[in-house]
Amino acid sequence: MSVETTGAPRAFAPRLRRKRLGAELPGWIAYALAAPSMMLLFLLMLLPIAVMLVMSLTNYRFGDLSYAFVGAENYLDLADDRTFWRALSNTFVYVAIVVPGSVALGLALAVMTTGLRRGRKIYQMIFFLPVTATVVAMATVWKYLLHGTIGPFNLVLQSLGLPAIDFFSDPDLALTGLAIINIWSLAGFNMVLFAAGLTAIPSELYDAAEIDGLSEPLDRFFSVTLPLLGPTTLFVIVTSTITAFKVFDTVAVITRGGPRGSTDVLLYTTYLEGFSYFRMGSAAAMTVVFLAIIMVFALLQTWVLDKKVHY
Amino acid sequence: MMSAGVELDRIEKTYGATTTLRAATLDVKPGEFMTLVGPSGCGKSTLLRIIAGLLPQTSGEVRIDGTSIDHLAPRERDIAMVFQSYALYPHMSVAENVATPLKVRRLSRMARLPALGRLLPGQARTRREITDEVRRVADLVEIGPLLERKPAALSGGQRQRVALARAIIRDPRVFLMDEPLSNLDARLRVTMRAEITALHRRLGATFIYVTHDQTEAMTMSSRVAVMMDGTIIQCSTPQGLYEAPEDLRVARFIGSPEINVMASDTVAGWEGGNTRLGQLLQRPLHIAFRPEAVRLSAESAAQTDMLHLSCHIERTERLGHDVLLFLRVLADGAAVTARLPAADFARLDAPGGVLTASLHPADLLAFGANGKRVALPGLTAATNRGLSHVG
Repeated sequence: MSVETTGAPRAFAPRLRRKRLGAELPGWIAYALAAPSMMLLFLLMLLPIAVMLVMSLTNYRFGDLSYAFVGAENYLDLADDRTFWRALSNTFVYVAIVVPGSVALGLALAVMTTGLRRGRKIYQMIFFLPVTATVVAMATVWKYLLHGTIGPFNLVLQSLGLPAIDFFSDPDLALTGLAIINIWSLAGFNMVLFAAGLTAIPSELYDAAEIDGLSEPLDRFFSVTLPLLGPTTLFVIVTSTITAFKVFDTVAVITRGGPRGSTDVLLYTTYLEGFSYFRMGSAAAMTVVFLAIIMVFALLQTWVLDKKVHY
Repeated sequence: MMSAGVELDRIEKTYGATTTLRAATLDVKPGEFMTLVGPSGCGKSTLLRIIAGLLPQTSGEVRIDGTSIDHLAPRERDIAMVFQSYALYPHMSVAENVATPLKVRRLSRMARLPALGRLLPGQARTRREITDEVRRVADLVEIGPLLERKPAALSGGQRQRVALARAIIRDPRVFLMDEPLSNLDARLRVTMRAEITALHRRLGATFIYVTHDQTEAMTMSSRVAVMMDGTIIQCSTPQGLYEAPEDLRVARFIGSPEINVMASDTVAGWEGGNTRLGQLLQRPLHIAFRPEAVRLSAESAAQTDMLHLSCHIERTERLGHDVLLFLRVLADGAAVTARLPAADFARLDAPGGVLTASLHPADLLAFGANGKRVALPGLTAATNRGLSHVG
């Protein structure tokens, strides 16, 4: 406190206190201040979801002026819809390939680039490039690269005397082909997250491990790096899973669900239902299922893994 | 337990153009508590990491019991280290943390795998032995009840005990400690200081302890090595460093408040003293004296040999038992710090804040222009009586 204020007349004290901002704010001011963001939250997040929930209970068709409530009929139809089930199982298979692939590759890239004494920045930038690229444009490039007859990948295979692999015409391989593209574009992002996690590991811990005898690179990785990356790994798995579930653009550009429905995924089917066949009610029901799945996954991963990664 | 001597032979460390260690030479005797003390950036931690094998030196040799260990990896050096940040594995329980050094040594990599490893045959006995060791060491540092907890659930002091236990369980020849108490609060630091000294006595092992805190260095060590600018400038017992610093930087670093340092011509201008002192002060020297060497009285007593300064009290700091007086010499404006017991200060009568400070020539330390100690021959006989009240 400065000398001037200690010498100030006592009468000033109550007036100063009334002017002070902080804990003495009346409740309505607090609510008024929070109102704009509450409103945006409601308008932009909760309202659309509510509208979709309502829509999923109607027979609304895109462009119609009227609709009728049909109860759970849309959901019951989905249960009998073979296309929907195929899309659902394709999506799960796709996620099951993309998540381990992109997480493992991201972790490997992060560990390898962070260990570099020189060129760390440039390598990380290169590996991050696919994240910044437009997926639709890159999908076109990949379609060409993996093309059955003119693609460079197959030209290489043929020059080695191996049979050509036509990823996107083979129903058994098309989904894997798409998954590879997603791994390629997601790994750089995961690498950046892991690299940030790596910098947070105190170097004294590696010193301690070294003195305790955990000096082999694999020992160090499993006894220090991996356990300490736990929270980062959880986050990366959750975001990668959600990203993989939302696969749409590569399917729309490269395979359009084919060949023979082998790359029909949830979001693409929903899109067709709503914007090609104009069955908005049914599309909304699919979206609700989609949201529910993502929510269950996010909660499951957080609940189960959270206990194991935070110390 | 075999305690071992550690010899550092002209250790140099350079990073490109910068030199962090220059010809650091030190001989740590078996069972000694050696403290490396110095301001931050003096290279003490670097030196410790070189002993540990975590950092290669540019040149020079590290020997344990006369044998060079430069070619050995940290785990093969038979040393343990305690870190400032404790460096505990956060995902392991206290028991697992403490057991790690033994597990790594006694169990194969397969057997160390989580869960799966336990199924391998022929290791139940080793595991039992390790568990017993952990229990014994945990009791030694009083963390027995905490064994199942994770480090995050422990206080700073408890974590440091776990780190100590992890070091002790290996039964190493040498303990290295890198500022182990710096992250603790002041109260806990005092307790842990006593505990680490007690531990040293019980284990009888060689301790090399790094700190920037001179109190830790002075209270815990058998000997203290003062480091400045990448080299060890003096290694002596705590008392030796305080009473007979060989370098002006040591004199300034050890002791609080800082030692008084004057130019020799300032001191030559002071009243009193003897002719011998007058002769010695002809040379350009730094003259230093401890604050407690200054004797104070209100009247200008004319005792033989003593230097007398008329001073004005600028400021006083009461430390409880002691009082610090910051004085200004009236004649030449030199600043002098004096320390005296509070009881003596109460008896002191200084009209108008002016009093006479006296100094015995034998309490003066002289340092040359290069900072090295210069003997003051002719006054040395009196030096033997030491300082009247040290501390």
